[in-house]
Amino acid sequence: MTAVTDTGKTGGKTGPENGEASALRSAERGAVETLRQGLRLSPEFRRGIAGTLALAVLATLGKVVVPVAVQQVIDRGLGQGAPDVPFIRDAVVLCAVAVALTAVCGYLMNVRLYRSTESGLATLRGKGFRHVHDLSVLTQNSERRGGLVSRVTGDVDQISAFMQWGGLMVIVSVGQLLVATVLMAVYSWQLTLLVWACFLPVMLALPRFQRLVARAYTRVRERAGDVLAAVSESVVGSGVIRAYGSEDRTAERIDRAVDGMRAAQTRAQKIVGFTFPTTELVASAAVALVVVAGVELGVAGSITAGRLIAFLFLITLFVSPLQTATEVLNEAQNAIAGWRRILGVLDTPADVADPENGATLPRGPITVRFEGVGFAYPGGPPVLHEVSAEIAPRTRVAVVGETGSGKTTFAKLLTRLMDPTSGRITVDGVDLREVGFASLRERIVMVPQDGFLFDSTLAGNIRFGRPSATDEEITRALTELGLADWLDGLPAGLDTPVGQRGESLSAGERQLVALARAYLADPDLLLLDEATSAVDPATEVRLARALDGVTRGRTAVSIAHRLSTAEAADEILVFEHGRIVQRGPHAVLAAQPGVYADLYASWTTATTVR
Amino acid sequence: MPTKESPARPGSSIMLQGLKVLGVAIRTEPRIFIGAVLASALYGGMTVASSWALGWATDNAVLPAFRDHEAATGGLVAAAALIVGVAVLKAAGVMGRRILAGVHQYRMQAHSRRAVTRQYLRLPLAWHHRHPTGQLLSNANSDVEAAWAPLAPLPMAVGVVVMLVTAAVAIVLVDPVLAVVGFLIFPAVAVLNLVYQRRLSPLAMRAQALRAEVSEVAHESFDGALVVKTLGREDAETVRFQAKADALRDANIAVGRVRGLFDPLLEALPTLGVLAVLLVGALRLESGGVAAGDLIQVAYLFTLLSFPIRALGWVLAELPRSVVGWTRIREVLDATGSMEHGTARLDAPGPARLAAEGVGFAYVPGSPVLKDVTFTVTPGRTTAIVGPTGAGKSTLTQLLARLVDPGEGVVRVDGVDLRDAARGEVSRSVALVPQQTFLFDDTVRGNVTLGEAVPDERVWAALRLAQADGFVSGLPSGLDTRIGERGATLSGGQRQRLALARALVREPRLLILDDATSSVDPQVEKRILYGLRDGAAEATVIVVAYRMATIALADEVVYLEQGVVADQGAHEELLARCAGYRALVTAYEREEAERAALDSGDEVVA
Repeated sequence: MTAVTDTGKTGGKTGPENGEASALRSAERGAVETLRQGLRLSPEFRRGIAGTLALAVLATLGKVVVPVAVQQVIDRGLGQGAPDVPFIRDAVVLCAVAVALTAVCGYLMNVRLYRSTESGLATLRGKGFRHVHDLSVLTQNSERRGGLVSRVTGDVDQISAFMQWGGLMVIVSVGQLLVATVLMAVYSWQLTLLVWACFLPVMLALPRFQRLVARAYTRVRERAGDVLAAVSESVVGSGVIRAYGSEDRTAERIDRAVDGMRAAQTRAQKIVGFTFPTTELVASAAVALVVVAGVELGVAGSITAGRLIAFLFLITLFVSPLQTATEVLNEAQNAIAGWRRILGVLDTPADVADPENGATLPRGPITVRFEGVGFAYPGGPPVLHEVSAEIAPRTRVAVVGETGSGKTTFAKLLTRLMDPTSGRITVDGVDLREVGFASLRERIVMVPQDGFLFDSTLAGNIRFGRPSATDEEITRALTELGLADWLDGLPAGLDTPVGQRGESLSAGERQLVALARAYLADPDLLLLDEATSAVDPATEVRLARALDGVTRGRTAVSIAHRLSTAEAADEILVFEHGRIVQRGPHAVLAAQPGVYADLYASWTTATTVR
Repeated sequence: MPTKESPARPGSSIMLQGLKVLGVAIRTEPRIFIGAVLASALYGGMTVASSWALGWATDNAVLPAFRDHEAATGGLVAAAALIVGVAVLKAAGVMGRRILAGVHQYRMQAHSRRAVTRQYLRLPLAWHHRHPTGQLLSNANSDVEAAWAPLAPLPMAVGVVVMLVTAAVAIVLVDPVLAVVGFLIFPAVAVLNLVYQRRLSPLAMRAQALRAEVSEVAHESFDGALVVKTLGREDAETVRFQAKADALRDANIAVGRVRGLFDPLLEALPTLGVLAVLLVGALRLESGGVAAGDLIQVAYLFTLLSFPIRALGWVLAELPRSVVGWTRIREVLDATGSMEHGTARLDAPGPARLAAEGVGFAYVPGSPVLKDVTFTVTPGRTTAIVGPTGAGKSTLTQLLARLVDPGEGVVRVDGVDLRDAARGEVSRSVALVPQQTFLFDDTVRGNVTLGEAVPDERVWAALRLAQADGFVSGLPSGLDTRIGERGATLSGGQRQRLALARALVREPRLLILDDATSSVDPQVEKRILYGLRDGAAEATVIVVAYRMATIALADEVVYLEQGVVADQGAHEELLARCAGYRALVTAYEREEAERAALDSGDEVVA
């Protein structure tokens, strides 16, 4: 097969138009290279491949039995005059045994093939899945979620068809082509040359067809992605769509996407439909030529009637692999497209990676230092400049500032969801980039604003923080957080199902669960990123106190625009335009004119009556 | 027995259901299907004809030439022309069948995708809450594909049936005794196919169900990626996913085992048929019942049929998955409980009058979230809904905007029961800004206008009121900047302000803000709230809030506790007489006072 380099053209044309700026590496590699790398990803594919191939060859040889039998029967059995019935009987019985053995080989081959390919695909799914989680939040956020899901579902399925049928068919077909050629040559080398002369142009044209087809299928997959995106919007945004009565508009978008996909599919099918029968036509031309030439040869005495007829049967044997080749090339294209996408994920470096032989830090009071830290999103202006700060052990630090001042970036850097573009962050003197993830995640835990819950029970979600926790420990944690009353009010207590994404609970309740989850994980540094923004003030104050009470041995960093948290903090870091502009305890900062005093003034008017 | 494994009825009844599904496809696009079948019949007829052509060539051109040691040019040319002519027609048949079968399949997919997503848009929110996102996505994707997968080989299979009949006739005409052999082989193929399907269908269904589960786990896990990361649970999640992927692998291997057994058998049967024909044919030749050319023709026919006859198997193999896919699609299409609409119009001028009368609601029967909620809001006034976390505030806002209907009681706008309002009336008069912001994969303008023709000045006015004009004008392409998953990243506060502008641009008569500024800075929030109060948009406002400043802007407060209206009245009144309310709204102040006392105590000690 020829390497195909079609990605450049199609990708270049559609890319900028729909603005799909993929953060994942667009795999600009040839088909053969993709295949090779894809196969290397799943070693299971190669397991026992020699045996499977041997069986495949045997199964293919079996198919040759029929033409041979026909030739033998016609030439020797029917011969001249009366047919040789005992000979025919023996030949037929022998053939029947061969056919039966062929079927057995076919069965064994299929079973082996399914076992090795499915194992390989399961591994591939697992690898892809894991790597998606290893990618940084930046890469995850810039990719369409639906797209990431299809890397481990649809894209893998795409490969399976090829691996379980096409891949082997390539080998079997080539084998069949060779066997047919040899046999034909045995009957008549002149006619064999004639057949090859007919089919050589077809074989040369196949890669061109393949390129056309590949381009068409790339388009189909792009349109399929649009459909998935449009459909998912109608599902995920169902609330907003209803609230604003924008059903018609959403329906129109879906229709556009669906029609686009159908048009692309139809186009691809037309291309395949036109190219596919080519071999059929060439085959008939070959048969006609063989009949004419064969008769001429026969008249000259260099071939018998039986041999000529057997030769005609062999042409069928010769044509069918060429016909399947067209099909196989389509499947190969799909598989290569699937592989390319999966490789695109796997080749995207986990830019925030778990260091090899990362340091394991002992548990206990933790010191974090920011040393001249700067950060810019890829291709964007810097959002943090020269931030230096020390978070001392057992302190409560509040981070305040206006939206866009760099608070959340600060939090993401502290938890190593992203790495600084300049400067460094240390934990107990060790660069954050050198701390093993296991140790880091044990010591520093962040509670994000939108505490995602899994479709499980309350207990199941809180236990996510510490899988070994018993129900008693969970209840105790909730009690310590002052949430016992809330727990009692739930219909099934700890066993209350939280629903998809926790949607059976209110936003405030979800935050309570997320907080309890992190609390149970018991880190040395707990970072709250507006983690109680949807919780009522009374509960929030209660939570703050509870965390305070148990923070004794722990460092707590809170990012909040409710300044009640800041008031209680030991130190406040005030951010403005990506810099720390003020730092110190509340009493000091509130007393001096500056950013904090302004924030505080506005907060007090917001919390107290005019 | 496979029967026990699957709730669906396997075997022949699956076949029957599968045929019904195919019937749906045929009835929906009859012309295309008939076209495809005709093309396929042409292909089938020509396949038989090609064997006949070869037989004719053998008898009339090849054998005489060998016998006479002299080539008759006329006969040879005729034979060649016949062979090529038949092939051209056959190729036309293949082309037509493939293209039309594809068109049929893709049209049906498009039909189903449209129908399913229309239902998603039509069905009430409560229905969405009951169904996992992953499931709904696969209903519109893999289930649709599975349902219509048999359409690709279907015309070919129908063509094969035509071919078989033609072949049967051809054989009978050649020799009735040879025909008996054929009539034994073909039913055997059919029976084998049937057994195949009975064994395969439960396994295939299981694999399909697991495929959906794998997708659901991946979806959920990627959605919760941040939590997985921050708690360092990547390994555990991979284990969870791998378990499902391995289950799918085992299910697929089980399918493969059955396929691997029956596919070679189905292939072997016609070959055995050829051998039987030869054996019987030899005897018949001996007794003079057939000519050599006839025997070759029949044998050739069998070799030709051995491949296409498998198309029947392909259709049958896809049927179980098709039935599962179609059943799932039907569940969506047949889902009822869609919101009924009346005919009343909500077109009174000016701000709306709102009334909740004895409103109750439960997500789970038996544990009500709201009980007997009654209050009224005078047009143009602002009412704050206050209550502890989990009191039912958000649910109440959804009822007021008719995203869901109350279990008991009535919500009225301008005296009209919302259930009596005509379609589109409620969303035209009432705008809800939910707590959780959802932005479309669209431009800023698209997200604000939601496709309505609104002049840019009004969009900017709404953005200004929502305090979003500043950052929007700073975006690379202003209003045309694409946001959402594929575009610019916005902060939580910026997203909330866009959502607010989306509500304001519609100049609603009733504006409901469900803690809609929680991610917005206090200063910005203050500017927004003053803007709203100063009558930039004349509306009745319901606001769910905790902040004192927000509550203070309200003319009246409804205080909810555990789904019940514990008290309602002016802020000062509630402050004076309702202990729960007081505790809630003054929590920060008291905290501060206590801390101040504590600090001064510390100072005294020191």
